[in-house]
Amino acid sequence: MYAQMITAEASDEDPKLLEEFQARIDRDEKIEPKDWMPMAYRKTLIRQIGQHAHSEVVGQLPEGNWITRAPTLERKAILLAKVQDEAGHGLYLYSAAETLGVSRDELVELLHEGKMKYSSIFNYPTLNWADIGAVGWLVDGAAIVNQVALQRTSYGPYSRAMIRICKEESFHARQGYHAIMQMAFGTPAQKAMAQDAVNRLWFPAIMMFGPSDSESVHSEQSMQWKIKVRSNDDLRQQFVDQTVPQIEYLGLDLPDPGIKWNEERGHYDYSDPDWSEFFNVIKGKGPCNVDRLNDRTNAWEDGAWVRDGLLAHGRKKAAARTAAE
Amino acid sequence: MADNALFQFLLRMGDNSLILGHRVSEWCGHSPVLEEDIALANTALDLIGQTQFWLGLAGEVEGKGRSADDLAFLRDAWDYRNVLLCELPNGDFGQTLMRQFLYDAWASVMMGRLMTSSDERVAAIAAKASKEVAYHVERSGDTVVGLGDGTEESHARMQAALDYLWPYVGEMFDSDEVDAAMVKAGIAPDPASLREEYDALVGKVLGQATLTIPTDTFHHKGGRTGYMHTEHLGHLLCTMQWLQRAYPGATW
Ligand SMILES: [Fe+2]
Ligand SMILES: [Fe+2]
Ligand SMILES: [Fe+2]
Repeated sequence: MYAQMITAEASDEDPKLLEEFQARIDRDEKIEPKDWMPMAYRKTLIRQIGQHAHSEVVGQLPEGNWITRAPTLERKAILLAKVQDEAGHGLYLYSAAETLGVSRDELVELLHEGKMKYSSIFNYPTLNWADIGAVGWLVDGAAIVNQVALQRTSYGPYSRAMIRICKEESFHARQGYHAIMQMAFGTPAQKAMAQDAVNRLWFPAIMMFGPSDSESVHSEQSMQWKIKVRSNDDLRQQFVDQTVPQIEYLGLDLPDPGIKWNEERGHYDYSDPDWSEFFNVIKGKGPCNVDRLNDRTNAWEDGAWVRDGLLAHGRKKAAARTAAE
Repeated sequence: MADNALFQFLLRMGDNSLILGHRVSEWCGHSPVLEEDIALANTALDLIGQTQFWLGLAGEVEGKGRSADDLAFLRDAWDYRNVLLCELPNGDFGQTLMRQFLYDAWASVMMGRLMTSSDERVAAIAAKASKEVAYHVERSGDTVVGLGDGTEESHARMQAALDYLWPYVGEMFDSDEVDAAMVKAGIAPDPASLREEYDALVGKVLGQATLTIPTDTFHHKGGRTGYMHTEHLGHLLCTMQWLQRAYPGATW
């Protein structure tokens, strides 16, 4: 069904309906699943929510990479709880996407076929224990900046999902910061790990907001429909402004020599990330793209007998119940 | 001796949940369906939580200032006291869930008994753990039934898992002088006394799962005494203890 939707042409939509729809958006009304909506609105949301759901699921992998090596029982428990939350976010977002008429299985299939993306940040490796702190602090931190804005998005189920998810994400970010603080204030070796993590993850983190507004393909229509509420550059600046003082508090070197307070703007200046790297990662050439997708597809294929088995059992039970009635 | 026996008993409890919790956590992000990723993480989390209590108390009873983390991350394989079942590799999802069920069934009976322990600290940990364990055994039991009585393939895989794991079940019911001291002090039951209830529970679920319990009564042992673990434990510890070993004295 989704495949048909992707190719469906929106040109024959009633201009009157379109106008009414835009008026509702302009009045800040939430659009609900049963309401009429333009095909392109539906498609954009499916892409965005689906991508977000995939990100939560694939996001388990870089953090899972350290669960078996967590240095204390408490750190192991915190990380397990976080990864469990992320999987829960995935489930919740797939449900939000399903309200738009696409099934979770269809979305997963598109991911595995390489036809849908997930956040590029998860195509970077986690190489030392401080990365786990840095991921919570910087990656969940950047996600929160994005998602707090999305709480005001026009599609009701997505907006509500964001409200619920943001609460847990803030918790993750705080715990992440606490973990890296422990490292930055720890032994010289620990501090070096913290510095290494910040150096490697800074630019990928600020790339999470997407390319500059002038170059972002989906921005304008999405802003008009309030699928997107604030611009990429705007969100990125907020993230830089809140994060730089945190890096300084940790006593770590700033990961970008271009970071400087700009009195006139009232913001930090910072260097543009290497956008050619960003587009490369999107095209599948990031350090972990192939491994991440293989992990997911292998898990899916290896688990086929489990899903089939449980389904078959469910059918037997249902049949037995009908027979007994 | 009484305190050392209690220490050994607490290590057995804590090491079981630690090692099994670690094994389950290896699944992260790789399970057959998202709901199972969540369930497995949740199970591992509960087990690690129980470990903190058991090993925390063990350190206290030992009285040498060792914390739960010291015990978890700085002992070598021969000082571990978990039953062999807990350290066996995950295998496929069916083997992981079968191992989980065989352990959960034991833990559910055991926690029930420990709730009336003469040692209040033991009774309190068991009371908390028993709620988690009741949920675990229900869930792992349902999955074992679903897969055992599923397709031909899932049935075959579950039977293979049971055949592989069954010779490790008996160790959970072995007794030695540590257990005798625990019985005498009213702290813990004789492991052998759990067997009847365990067999009834496991027999019922495996029956619903249309699986056949092996008739050979031989069982492996050596985990709970520390005399002879499997080769698998050392590799698990290599991974789990690496940071603590590589950077001694650091706070995490
Ligand atoms: Fe997220
Ligand atoms: Fe999340
Ligand atoms: Fe998160």
